[in-house]
Amino acid sequence: MDLFYMTAHELHGKLTAGEISAGELCRAFLDRLGSVEERLQAFITVTEEMALKQAGEVDKRIAAGEKLPPLAGIPIAVKDNMCLDGVRTTCASKILYNFVPPYSATVVEKIKAAGMVILGKTNMDEFAMGSSTENSGFQITSNPWDTERVPGGSSGGSAVSVAAGETVLALGSDTGGSIRQPASLCGVVGMKPTYGAVSRYGLVAFASSLDQIGPFARDVADCAQLLNVITGHDPLDSTSAPGEKTDYTAFLNRDIKGLKVGVPREYMGEGIDPGVRKEIEEALKVLSSLGADIEEATLPHSRYAIPVYYLIATAEASSNLARYDGVKYGLRDEDAQDIVDMYMKSRSRGFGTEVKRRIMLGTYALSAGYYDAYYLKALKARTLIKQDFDRALDRFDVLVCPTSPGTAFRKGEKTDDPLQMYLSDITTISVNLAGIPGISVPAGFSGGLPVGMQIMGRPFDEGTLIRVAHAFEGSAGHRGRFPSL
Amino acid sequence: MLTIAEVDHVALLSRLDLSAEEKKLYGDQLSKILEYAKMLDELDTGDVPPTAHVLPLKNVYREDRVGDHLPLEKAMQNAPERDGNFFKVPRIV
Repeated sequence: MDLFYMTAHELHGKLTAGEISAGELCRAFLDRLGSVEERLQAFITVTEEMALKQAGEVDKRIAAGEKLPPLAGIPIAVKDNMCLDGVRTTCASKILYNFVPPYSATVVEKIKAAGMVILGKTNMDEFAMGSSTENSGFQITSNPWDTERVPGGSSGGSAVSVAAGETVLALGSDTGGSIRQPASLCGVVGMKPTYGAVSRYGLVAFASSLDQIGPFARDVADCAQLLNVITGHDPLDSTSAPGEKTDYTAFLNRDIKGLKVGVPREYMGEGIDPGVRKEIEEALKVLSSLGADIEEATLPHSRYAIPVYYLIATAEASSNLARYDGVKYGLRDEDAQDIVDMYMKSRSRGFGTEVKRRIMLGTYALSAGYYDAYYLKALKARTLIKQDFDRALDRFDVLVCPTSPGTAFRKGEKTDDPLQMYLSDITTISVNLAGIPGISVPAGFSGGLPVGMQIMGRPFDEGTLIRVAHAFEGSAGHRGRFPSL
Repeated sequence: MLTIAEVDHVALLSRLDLSAEEKKLYGDQLSKILEYAKMLDELDTGDVPPTAHVLPLKNVYREDRVGDHLPLEKAMQNAPERDGNFFKVPRIV
């Protein structure tokens, strides 16, 4: 098999056996990246020099006879909304085109401390606002399974980089499905951990009560390893949850006999593409054959999730994005007459269409006279959505549904109608509103395009998600198919 | 339906300088999205408390002690314009 489609655990074996050096591995991935990137446009910045230096340090540790940690020397890509000290971090926005962070995000410090080799910063929808990566201020990323189609979003670059063998692992962020949906559309594993499980320090804020960083991987075992590295309490993030660290690899290779699986009927009916539904029904048969008890579940307030999400997320965004004013960093309009003129011109030139639309919507929802009717109403409806999940997860160990109602759509297909684009997030956004973890695992193909199955669980019970996903992956036989590039 | 005057007001609050086409586009699109959001009126939320945040955390403080801080040069490295150790901006009044 091609080196660039191997998993981290396979490559770790090669590194420790001395079959390949970390430097050679890094070079192999940089070469692969160089040969496919023109067609895919997954990276905004490639950090070649830094990557080779990090790999060289791992080789020194090998030469010194050190026992390598599981992800040392393994290439990783980072979504361009996480700060990396000294490397341009743009959020795919023109307003941050020249921003070089003076510090690194906690997750970046953690992957470095694990000896991982950072290959670069990946493309995304501007400020993570979008479901197709078409809202990037710089470039359009292509789906490696069909380059006429979108990779999903907003972490499209990270999903593509893993799916196309440009890297082994990647980090993304998920505010309403931005890890799980592109993972589904690109045929890789992607997880949004519980809100508070991973530090957001150094992650550029979009909607602070919903944002969460998580892993992209080729398989569930790799996902568990990366989760081990990035989770844990961080005093620099006041919403980071205190608690003991969990070893998620302990949940691999466990059976799921007697596990209670609920299938929310609202996520299997109207609006779900028949080809997608068929693959998920097949996946449920696999879970059943492994001894899980499958029953229908209900989340009665599901239909309200879209308006609730788009009111809360945009309100928080309008506040978070007020910091881009051209004063301390980022784009500044040089022709402004006075300071307010400078704010208005810098922001209007720097932000793209979708970002302006969301700032406008959020500002409206928070403005005098509309706060109660829109924002407060949405916060109350959020409680009802969360209670639906509390009740369902009282009865079931996990809930299962399609990650996305359809497969990868064509570029430009949904860009003219923002509401249609928002509706493509229906199965993922409630998970952010409830703050629970969700994972997308490959569950077959429909019309030659990948389909993902989403598994949702109780807060801080990522272990059970890993357990179910790994058992499923081992029996479903969807591994071993790669895009031809 | 949002009027152009309402769009202007929200744009000013948002500190966005919009073109005539953008005002028309956002006016139409926001009206459509807000119309869709009207479905929330179907819900009786009289006794429902709001959820701003899912974690049971409140007022997370650290000890009041001087720690490592960003050196001045690093903190100012992205300044569009500076005057010594100050960020410089256009005329305010």
